[in-house]
Amino acid sequence: MTAAFARVPDLLASHLLLSFAALLLGLALALPTILLAARSAAVARVALGFASLVQTIPALALLALFFPLLLWLGLPPLGFLPSLLALSLYALLPILRNGVTGLAGIDPAAIEAADGVGMTARQKLLWVEAPLVLPVLMAGIRTAAVWTIGAATLATTVGQPSLGDLIFSGLQTQSWPLVLAGCIASAGLALAVDALLGLAERGVATRRRWLWMSALALLVVGAGVAALPRLAPTRPTVVVGAKNFSEQFILARLIGARLQAAGYDVAYREGLGSAVAYGALKTGAIDVYVDYAGTIWASEMKRDTAPPATEMLPEIARWAQATGGVRMLGTLGFENAYAFAMRGGAARAAGITTLDDLARASPRLRLASDLEFLDRAEWTAVRRAYPMRFASARAYAPSFMYQALATGQADVISAFSSDGRIAADKLTVLRDTRGAIPRYDAILLLAPKRAGDAKFANALRPLLNAIPVAAMREANYLVDRDTDKQPPDGAARWLAARIGRP
Amino acid sequence: MPSVIAFDGVTVAYPGGTVAVDAVTLDIVAGSFVALVGRSGSGKSTLLKTVNRLVTPTAGRVLIDGQLVDAEPAHGLRRRIGYVFQGVGLFPHLTVAENIAIPLRLAGRTDPARVDALLDLVELPREIGRRRPDALSGGQRQRVGVARALAAEAKLLLMDEPFGALDPMTRDTLGRAVRGLHDRLGLTTLMVTHDMAEALLLSDRVLVMASGRIVADATPAALIAGEGGAEAQELVDVPRRQIRALEGLSA
Repeated sequence: MTAAFARVPDLLASHLLLSFAALLLGLALALPTILLAARSAAVARVALGFASLVQTIPALALLALFFPLLLWLGLPPLGFLPSLLALSLYALLPILRNGVTGLAGIDPAAIEAADGVGMTARQKLLWVEAPLVLPVLMAGIRTAAVWTIGAATLATTVGQPSLGDLIFSGLQTQSWPLVLAGCIASAGLALAVDALLGLAERGVATRRRWLWMSALALLVVGAGVAALPRLAPTRPTVVVGAKNFSEQFILARLIGARLQAAGYDVAYREGLGSAVAYGALKTGAIDVYVDYAGTIWASEMKRDTAPPATEMLPEIARWAQATGGVRMLGTLGFENAYAFAMRGGAARAAGITTLDDLARASPRLRLASDLEFLDRAEWTAVRRAYPMRFASARAYAPSFMYQALATGQADVISAFSSDGRIAADKLTVLRDTRGAIPRYDAILLLAPKRAGDAKFANALRPLLNAIPVAAMREANYLVDRDTDKQPPDGAARWLAARIGRP
Repeated sequence: MPSVIAFDGVTVAYPGGTVAVDAVTLDIVAGSFVALVGRSGSGKSTLLKTVNRLVTPTAGRVLIDGQLVDAEPAHGLRRRIGYVFQGVGLFPHLTVAENIAIPLRLAGRTDPARVDALLDLVELPREIGRRRPDALSGGQRQRVGVARALAAEAKLLLMDEPFGALDPMTRDTLGRAVRGLHDRLGLTTLMVTHDMAEALLLSDRVLVMASGRIVADATPAALIAGEGGAEAQELVDVPRRQIRALEGLSA
């Protein structure tokens, strides 16, 4: 638990800065819109309609939607910018709604009096409308602040460090102290900010200037403390990326440790979606990460064949270089392919050993997959080679997928061949006799800006073809098992020793 | 007597064909207390508001002291006209004293003594100035409204149903207080009311409006004497019948 909380301060700071920035941008967008809406019913309808529409989009999807949009606009599609934009849009509704209804709710007699005594539009706004709408507006800002701080945990998925890092990696590796640390810190931040804004609201409502001034001052000081370390000149940092499963967390730490030893300052972006990770590398948001040949082949290159490694790997290297300057340094030595797996006893009892057998039995079986498999080209390719129709097909976070199989909620899963749980849970991997699933050699990819960095490449070269699948499985199991779990960096240290690359 | 307000063919028509004020032409002379009486929807409030430009006529002209009201920005005009209306419209986030001082603030003046004098003028205790409007009774609030209207020494006072929301006792005392102020300060006052009795008791001249037109223009004495036409006499008959009924009860 202490180790989990050790990561909190830094993530809390970036979480707080992101939330505040989003809230301020939301305010900057909402306030002029409120003024326009007060003078035109059409503007009010359109603005509130738009804000409500945004609210109906799940926050996770809203964040993801900014990726293609920003990529298209040529702006950094990952990290701070998409998080800021998505969260600001999210903050818009409560501020807008309270502002507009607050203005509409002002006693018409006060407005008539303001006109009657001869106030200009500006005086009316500053002396009458603004002070009368402020308490209602503050309530909206409080709501927006709490929403924003909560939703900011999702910024992790687009590569922006936040308290979500703890929650997502904790959820993935089933390390509950991490999840708890992330939740407690984010809830604590939300409560604290809400309380301070509540005090400011009270101060405004009761016209106690010192009260709202000191509440706002505390918020500014908090943001300042969070921002301070970021203002100091930092040495250039390399960023190691990781997708959202244990093996990726371990490999990222393994790579990071080597780079650190070579004198680099290392940061991690963990929990990237599969679709986002390669884009992050290409645009330089991350410097290095591990992907799998088949994933690049099918998802990035849009190929639906499954050639042998001798053809596939050089083709990927050539394509990556040609389309974005990404350098494929080489393979790590093991494959992490999609592998259909069943409980050993159940497979024997049904006489299923190959994917052909599975296809025949599929109407009676329930499939559990990871979150993206059902939408991937590999699933299409498998179904083309082996016509399968399962009784049901459900997507789970990978850890829960194994649980679903173990508890009998599913009969077959889309496992990963390097997963330690296959051996530990005595699962049977079904053979792909028709060769429908492409190869998934783990490959080390470098961002364009690191492609020519010899020192960088030399630091990582010892990892090439150094990790046998058995070693990777054992390392994965250290993190994934239910008892005596290791954190990913512990497993990375173990793996480094195991492969003789300390 | 020079005329302070002059209406010249003033018409207010709304899109859709409703005509609230229909070609009204009349003069109001300095120092007079004029009551504008009529039923709901007769156009009396609309006519009043063309003076301080809360309503813009669709045709015709309104002049104050010989100047067209739209010869300057509306806020400048309004600062020279006292305006009291049924809703009062005190600013709830300001104290009573700050409310009264608003016209002074608009003129760039700070004058606490003036605020005290205005509270005296409308017969409110000075310590009430520190309170907020919501701590006041309806009658006290309208007194504050009158004090605010007079703060910048306006010589023209427009009142739109000023006592409409008050109980009869308060209504009576406040009405007489305002008439007293009118005489003492040498104001010109135009008051809209639907209550003919109030109009007869307070004003020097009663204008009766119906369907956007002035249908009677007479002194209270003339109206009591039965002049002014049918519409006016119907309105005068209401208090008259009430008096007879009351006398009947005591007999």
